[in-house]
Amino acid sequence: MILGSINPAVLMAALMVAATPILLAAIGELVVEKAGVLNLGVEGMMIMGACTGFIIAVNTGNPALGFLGAALGGLALSLLFALLTQALMTNQVASGLALTLFGLGLSALLGQRYVGITPPRTPKLDLGPLSDIPFLGRALFTHDIVVYLTIVLVAAVWWFLKYSRAGMILRAVGENHDAAHALGYHVKRVRVLAIMFGGACAGLGGAYLSLIRVPQWTEGMTVGAGWIALALVVFASWRPWRAMAGAYLFGGIVVLQLNLQAAGVKIPVEYLSMSPYLITIAVLVFISSGKARGSVSAPGSLNRPFHASS
Amino acid sequence: MKKLLTAAVMGMALGSPALADTTKVGFVYIGPVGDHGWTYTHDQARLAVEAEFGDAVETTYVENVGYGADAERVMTQMALSGTDLIFATSFGYGPDMNTVAARFPDVKFEHATGYIQETDNVSLYNARFYEGRAVIGHIAGKMTQTNRIGYIASFPIPEVIMGINSAYLHAKAVNPDVEFSVVWAYSWYDPAQEAAAAEALIEQGADILMQHTDSTAPLTVAQDAGIFAFGQASDMSAFAPDAHLTGITDVWGPYYIDRVAAVKDGTWEAGNVWHGIVDGMVGFAPMSDLIPEDIRAEAEGMIAAIAAGEYHPFTGPINRQDGTPWLAEGEVAEDGDLLTMDFYVEGITSEIPN
Repeated sequence: MILGSINPAVLMAALMVAATPILLAAIGELVVEKAGVLNLGVEGMMIMGACTGFIIAVNTGNPALGFLGAALGGLALSLLFALLTQALMTNQVASGLALTLFGLGLSALLGQRYVGITPPRTPKLDLGPLSDIPFLGRALFTHDIVVYLTIVLVAAVWWFLKYSRAGMILRAVGENHDAAHALGYHVKRVRVLAIMFGGACAGLGGAYLSLIRVPQWTEGMTVGAGWIALALVVFASWRPWRAMAGAYLFGGIVVLQLNLQAAGVKIPVEYLSMSPYLITIAVLVFISSGKARGSVSAPGSLNRPFHASS
Repeated sequence: MKKLLTAAVMGMALGSPALADTTKVGFVYIGPVGDHGWTYTHDQARLAVEAEFGDAVETTYVENVGYGADAERVMTQMALSGTDLIFATSFGYGPDMNTVAARFPDVKFEHATGYIQETDNVSLYNARFYEGRAVIGHIAGKMTQTNRIGYIASFPIPEVIMGINSAYLHAKAVNPDVEFSVVWAYSWYDPAQEAAAAEALIEQGADILMQHTDSTAPLTVAQDAGIFAFGQASDMSAFAPDAHLTGITDVWGPYYIDRVAAVKDGTWEAGNVWHGIVDGMVGFAPMSDLIPEDIRAEAEGMIAAIAAGEYHPFTGPINRQDGTPWLAEGEVAEDGDLLTMDFYVEGITSEIPN
């Protein structure tokens, strides 16, 4: 057996942790795109969250406040995007890219004095007897609270989009903003709220890296996680549970290839390192090709600017 | 208008003799100065240059400069703005630096860890980090309980392979049962990936970690797991005081000060140096009390022997991984062989990705 000395329970535990930051950012971006807005600034909002969350956690000594600060940091940056694209009608793609560059630079500036500091640690959640269950205990019940809250968030977003009235309005705005507008819905208000939610989620994802995963602050520490989150949304064809499956799959491959290397399995390492990206590309190609297209269901008004007079 | 221009030109002409004492030194960095790793150590050296010469030098730096057009633009800009000496501090700047150097024969260029030297105003410098790896390999071999050392590697280039070999040989020398697990992160700096690699190695039984990547994430993981680890590039003990044993540090300051002084007194010549512990380019973070006293003394002894030239970390007999002889008894590796090293030594069980 190729997996030989790799313990599947540990692998499962590790992939849940590896997937959490990208899943947080992806679930936020999914809501944004469902409202018809393409915000390519996820990476910038993540790094802002990583930075502001770290600064607040260090100064207050409280990781929970840090996460709150991270959400606010990501949200603040997303408001800039909302201002540009919703009020000033700028191009969403260009604004999103600019947001990423701006976030990387601004966070580097803000975080200058915080390099080399260890933040207060977030304790693992004590689930008592649950974590003593053989296999499942180690795999599922040995995490920090953020891992579980992220799953709750995915469920909440799924319920919100599928069953709540507000969620249906949001989807209507994303599918056909002219029709939604004709029905009297405030297209821009809905979109701004969605953008803010996306920013807050991306900020939380960044803070998961700087406060729990790494935990330290350095410039550019997200190293492309925001772009992977963007790809995940398409990969998931805009469905929350699929986004979670995609994040776990991606996290799983990353962790698996490192574990295979550590276990000394003789597989060409460069292919293993590439594999998460190759699979993402393969899925993107598959879902945008002919037959699968019908089930893709990209929001109809995605990346189309809306102005009430048009 | 013409008068104004003349005045301006005269002003410049008058101004320049006064400025002639000020040597302008430019630094091109691959990463951010706050990485606490590679670029951080180069910037510390820049500050050392400023401290040494005070107002007699003016330093500038540009961080996060990519290889290729970006680097060429930055170096050209520096040369055009009157910089006398330019340090480019990453391997991949070689072609760009030589292109720019050919265009500005009066500007001096220094390239870290490079190998391309097409004009006589390009100088190369590098550090013998394998000397430091030998010392931490010795400590690791003595201290491991599980006889398994985890090694987080970046890219399969001679520099990194040399480090793995050196550490392995010296761990093996004091602990015949020792084994190395190597994980290639395919990145110089990716905290999340490095943390995951560290966890995977610990899961496979490693109780001491070494890294050839720049983030402090593996140290934090080691501390949480209650095992030991070595830092990289700068003193990283603050990140994991209960895990950090020591670490190889990059000390560029003395070399940079020398080279700036040479430019100032007109004695600068293109060279190609590979400095080690003896020259002070390879240093160590303070040895932690976590290392038993006798092992610490042995490590200090080894450092002294390498510095004194009495001991070379690659001294035969050493076989290649496939069992063919590389160095005969008492034979010392040639620098050229080390700089192109593309094989593991005998005893390492994994394979180098190619």
